[in-house]
Amino acid sequence: MFDFLIQGFDVALTPLNLGLAFAGALMGTLFGALPGIGPINGIAILMPLAYTLGLPAESALILLAGIYTGAEYGGRMSSILLNVPGDAGAVMTTLDGYPLAKKGMAGPALGLSAVSSFIGASIAILGLTLFAPLLAKFAVMFGPAELFVMMVFAFSSMAVMMGKDPIKTAIGAVLGILIGIIGVDSGTGVLRYTFDLPELYDGIDFVVMIIGLFAISEILLMLESRHNPAGEAEMPVVGRVLVSMKEVLFCKAAMLRSGLIGFLIGVLPGTGASVAGAVSYTTEKRLSDTEGTFGEGDMRGLAAPEAANNASAAGAFVPMLTLGIPGSGTTAVLLGALMLYNITPGPMMFTEHADVAGGLIASLYIGNLVLLLLNLPLAGLFAKVLTIPRWVLVPAIAVLSFVGVYQLHSDLSAIYLMLVIGVVGYLLRKLGFSLATVILGYVLGGLMEDNLRRALSISGGDLGILWQSGISIGLWVASVVILIGPWLWGRVRRSMQA
Amino acid sequence: MTLIRSLRHCAALTLLGSALISGQSLAAEKTECIAPAKPGGGYDLTCRLAANGLLETGLLDRPMVVTYMPGGIGAVAYNHVVGVRSDDENLIVAASTGAAVNLALGKFGRFGPDQVRWVGALGVDYGAVVVSADAPWHNLDELLQDMKKNPGSIPFGAGGTVGSQDWMKAALVAKSADIAPRNLRYVAFEGGGEALAALLGGHIKVFTGDLSELQSQLEGGKIRVLAALSDERQEGPYADIPTAKEQGYDVTWPIWRGYYMGKDVSDEQYQAWVDRLTELDDNPEFAKMRADRGLFPMHKFGPEFDQYVKSQIQQFKDLATEVGLTK
Repeated sequence: MFDFLIQGFDVALTPLNLGLAFAGALMGTLFGALPGIGPINGIAILMPLAYTLGLPAESALILLAGIYTGAEYGGRMSSILLNVPGDAGAVMTTLDGYPLAKKGMAGPALGLSAVSSFIGASIAILGLTLFAPLLAKFAVMFGPAELFVMMVFAFSSMAVMMGKDPIKTAIGAVLGILIGIIGVDSGTGVLRYTFDLPELYDGIDFVVMIIGLFAISEILLMLESRHNPAGEAEMPVVGRVLVSMKEVLFCKAAMLRSGLIGFLIGVLPGTGASVAGAVSYTTEKRLSDTEGTFGEGDMRGLAAPEAANNASAAGAFVPMLTLGIPGSGTTAVLLGALMLYNITPGPMMFTEHADVAGGLIASLYIGNLVLLLLNLPLAGLFAKVLTIPRWVLVPAIAVLSFVGVYQLHSDLSAIYLMLVIGVVGYLLRKLGFSLATVILGYVLGGLMEDNLRRALSISGGDLGILWQSGISIGLWVASVVILIGPWLWGRVRRSMQA
Repeated sequence: MTLIRSLRHCAALTLLGSALISGQSLAAEKTECIAPAKPGGGYDLTCRLAANGLLETGLLDRPMVVTYMPGGIGAVAYNHVVGVRSDDENLIVAASTGAAVNLALGKFGRFGPDQVRWVGALGVDYGAVVVSADAPWHNLDELLQDMKKNPGSIPFGAGGTVGSQDWMKAALVAKSADIAPRNLRYVAFEGGGEALAALLGGHIKVFTGDLSELQSQLEGGKIRVLAALSDERQEGPYADIPTAKEQGYDVTWPIWRGYYMGKDVSDEQYQAWVDRLTELDDNPEFAKMRADRGLFPMHKFGPEFDQYVKSQIQQFKDLATEVGLTK
C-alpha cells in the first residue's frame, strides 16, 4: 500500500532532487525570513524559472515544496528577533518569541522553534502519508456553517488573551475586524469603505497590514529609543546559543498538541497557517498557562504556534493531492505549477502519477530533516542580528519592508497605506494594545463573516444550519467549554477546598 | 562582522528577487505585460502565455517582462494605463471576461471600454454546470425543470461575488430557463477550489465553474458535468460533455484571456501587436502550450476582437440592469 512512498524515495533521493530539496529549503528559509516575501511570492518567482530550466515535474515540485516548507521555518526569525512576523503563520510567534529574545534567550528560542517546527511538520507529514484519503472526506465535511462555528471557537479561545486589559483586547480585535471589512464585499460585490479609491477595492493586503502594523511601528519605536539611553541597553548581549534538551522536553506536550491542531486546520480548505497559529497558541495558553507566564517569554507559547504553522503547511497538501483542491493560497500556486506539467492533481493522483505524489511526500520528509539540520546550527548566527547597532538595523528593516511591499504592488499607494497603518500601529502600541489581537480580528473576522453569509445563503436565511451537523455542535460545545470552563473549574476547586 | 555581511547578502538577494519580479525593465527597455493581480493567478498565466510563446517561437528576441499590479480587481492597472501610459507602444495588459464584467458594472472608475485598444485573445475557457456524482439530475433539463418548480430550493455556488463573471454564469443558466436570476440561491466562495470543495461535501448542489479546472475531477468520478457553456463540444477529455445548446438551452459563457493597450498607441504599433499575436496563435508549437494551460483556441484579434469585447460589455450591462445590479 505504501509502494508510492518507496517509489517516491527512489525519486527524491537522486542527487539532483536531493540538491533541489536542499536549495529549496535554504531559499524558502530566506524568503520566509524577509518581511514581505512569503511562500507564495517565492514560489511564483521560481516557478517560471524551474519550468524554463527544463526540470522534470517531480524535481520542480520538490524544489517548490522545499521553498514552501522552508518559508514556514524562516517566518519565525524576524518574529523572534525583531517582533516583526515574517509571514502570516508567524504572527503568534512574536508573542513569546520576542520577549525571550529580550531576555537574552534568542539562540535557544530560535533553536526551540526549529525543533517544534520539525515536530509539527513531522506529525503532519506522517498524517498525510497514512490518512490522506480518509482526511479528504473529513475536509469536505466542513462546509460554510462548520467553518463559521470554527471561527466562533477561535474567537472564544482568544478570550484567554484578554489577560490584564480585557477592554483593550476587545477594542483591538474589533479594530482588526473593521479593517478587514474594507473592500469589495465577497457576497454581493458591494464596495465597503473604499471611498471610490480603486486601490482599496481589494481590501487591505495582508502583507501591507502586517509590515505596516509590526515593522513600521517597530522602526518608530526604535527611533524613539534613540533619545532614551535606557532603551539603547534594552537588548542584552546574546547568551547561550543552543536550546537544551530539558527545554525541548518541557514543551513536548505543547508541540504534539499543536502539531495535531495545526495539521487538522491545514487540511480544511479556506483556513491556513494564521488560523492554525492562533488556535494552537490560545488553546495551549488555556491548557498549560497556570502561572500566567504566556506572553512574557514562555517556551511553550513559542513552541505551540511554531509546531502548528508548519503542520498546517503540510496539512494543506491533503486536499490538494487527494481532491485537486488547494488548501491554502500557496498550494493554489503549486497546483498551477503542476498544471504547467500537464499533471492535474486530484482523485487519480496517487494511481496515475504515483511517482510525483510519492516524490513530493518523500521530499517533504527529506526537506523537513534538512531544515532542522540547517536551522539548529544557524540559530546562533541569526541570533547575532541583535548585536547589530540600531543605526544599521533600522534602515535595513525599513528598506526591506519598502522593497517587499512595492514589488507586490508595483504601486506607491501600497507604500503610503503601509505608512499610515504603521503610524496607527505605533499609536496602538504606545496605548498598550496588543497588535496580535488586531491581526487576529482582521484575519478571523473576514473568514467568520464570509462563512456566516455563505451558510445563510445556503439555508435561505435559516439560522438552524449553524447547529445542524455533529461537527458544528461539537465546536459549539468546545467554544463554551473553553470560554467558561477554566472559570467554572476554578470555582469548583475552591469550593472543594473550602 | 560576518553578520553585517550576511545582512548585506540578504539585502542583495531581496533586490535580486525584486528584479526578478518587477525590475528588468531598466536593463531591457523592451516589451512588457502587466498582470493586474498578484503573482500566480489567472492574469499571471495570461501574461506568461504571451511572454513564453512570443519568446519560444522567436517572435520577440528579448523576453517580455511580466509586471504585477494588483488592486481593484484590475481597476488599478486600467487607470494606470489610461492615465499614465496611454501611448506606451511596448505595453500590453492582461484582461479577461472578468475585466469586461467589471467594466460593464462601472467598477473600473470613470473610464469605459473605449479608453483602451483591445488587441486580441490567445485562448479561451468555457463555463460548465457541475453537480455531484450522486445528485438526482442527469442532464441540464432535469435540473432546470426542478428549479422552475422552486427556484430558491437549490443552492448554487461559484468562486466570485454576486455580479462577478462566476455569478453571471449561474444567472444566465437560470435565465435561459426563464427563471429570474434574482430568485437564484447563490453562494459566493473565494475561488473555484473552495466552491468545488463545498460541492463535494454536499453543502451546495450546483457549481458553475470553468471547464479546465474540472479536468482533474473528470476521471475521479465524484462529479457530473451537466453542460459545457460553449458553442460546440470540446475535444479530448471533454468530448462526452454535452453543450447547453444541444440540450435546448441557449446559453454560452466563454472566458477569454486576452490583452489591451493604451488608446494613444499609433495604428501601426497596434497592428504590429495584432500581427504578432495572430502569428503566434497560428503556430502549432504554441497550440500545445495553450492546451497545456487548459485553454482552447479563440482566434479573435484586432478590430474583430475590439468589437467582440464591446458588444459583450453591452450585453453584461443589459443583464446587470435587468437584475437590478446597477441603476
